[in-house]
Amino acid sequence: MSARQSLSQGHFQSPSQTIGPFFHYGLNPVEANYPHTQIANHCLVSEQTQGERLSLTGRVFDGKGVVVEDALVEIWQANAAGRYRHPNDARSQRALDPHFQGFGRCGTGASDDGRFVFKTIKPGPDQPGNAPFISVTVFMRGLLNHVYTRVYFDDEVDANATDPVLSRTEAGRKVTLLAKCCNTPDGLEYTFDIHMQGEQETVFFDL
Amino acid sequence: MTGTSQRDWKSQPPYLDQGYKSTALRAPSQSLVKIDPELAEMTGPAFGNEVVGALDHDLTRNGRVNGEPLGERIVVTGRVLDEYGNLVPNTLIEIWQANAGGRYVHKKDQHDAPLDPNFLGAGRCMTDEQGCYWFYTIRPGAYPWGNHPNAWRPNHIHFSLFGPTIATRLITQMYFPGDPLLAFDPIFESIPKAARNRLVSEFSLDVTEEGFALGYVFDIVLRGTSATPMEVD
Repeated sequence: MSARQSLSQGHFQSPSQTIGPFFHYGLNPVEANYPHTQIANHCLVSEQTQGERLSLTGRVFDGKGVVVEDALVEIWQANAAGRYRHPNDARSQRALDPHFQGFGRCGTGASDDGRFVFKTIKPGPDQPGNAPFISVTVFMRGLLNHVYTRVYFDDEVDANATDPVLSRTEAGRKVTLLAKCCNTPDGLEYTFDIHMQGEQETVFFDL
Repeated sequence: MTGTSQRDWKSQPPYLDQGYKSTALRAPSQSLVKIDPELAEMTGPAFGNEVVGALDHDLTRNGRVNGEPLGERIVVTGRVLDEYGNLVPNTLIEIWQANAGGRYVHKKDQHDAPLDPNFLGAGRCMTDEQGCYWFYTIRPGAYPWGNHPNAWRPNHIHFSLFGPTIATRLITQMYFPGDPLLAFDPIFESIPKAARNRLVSEFSLDVTEEGFALGYVFDIVLRGTSATPMEVD
């Protein structure tokens, strides 16, 4: 029996557990003023990054409509050319941007009103026919498994209308996947609130 | 194109758990919506040694101010694998935990056990080419929490892993063998019975360092991926 075969027997997924309330000094310590470094933060761009700058902001609400102040939000996205920085995306005709990694992390406890705020760019459509979107993963106390969703942009009306994932989403819930566009004095801002339960419960995907 | 395995609900806790009260208002009430993983879900961030400091794997040293941290020194080591039996090399692990007295450095931890000025309780490392990782730390203490009367969390270390794609992301907790609090902990008990022991580390005399630290082995199994790179539009 090869080593590979012996390894493959009896390996089952490790169960997920909640992130708990006290993760900040481990996962986003700079943002929360602890003496430790962090691997990524809310800002995905530098001056050299290509693409249209935007802020992606929002709050997380529990089933009573109370703002969750101890959530951790992570985003992952393609660059302005629609390419992911990853070996599984080897499409060389779409250029990588040396100034864009595509991953961000932000807690909701750092601002007074429980907001997450990411500074990033609008991704290019990652496939022909897809509307642009950003992947979002949310962790919090009381959540034994994290949740995953996608943020689409409400001003991409034409692209959204034909996007395969949006098109398959129940009509009444589609709005929960759309970030609302607003031009502010500080630039383009999209608001994406996440509702864990209730009438506006966000569509979470089975990833 | 994708070979990402699904979330295995025989291994994973439910979102809503009667015993763990905070799930009541935070668990999604609607079913998860099926999605066919696309490039977005078959890719994810990759981190390298640039995010790991020289002492980040050694929590007995990375928070020192004027002396050594209090408590029982331990070694925590293991392999990261996927469900298909592949080792997962060069992947980032982040950990955080309470100190020996059961107190987190976190500003909102109200437990009146003492902080240890020489212990932060946070660290990280990369798995090596064989998927192995290695931490030195202090055995964390148990601490009370407000879930129900006389509720105590068993000793545990929080683990955060990325794996190769965002579909393999995992945040979990490592427990210790023989901890009597496990049977009373709704977070641990939320896991399907057959899968619970996967989160209990094993004591190992082989890993134990003579005269220095007890050794615990904790293997972690991520979801499997065998995606073929996408080369054309």
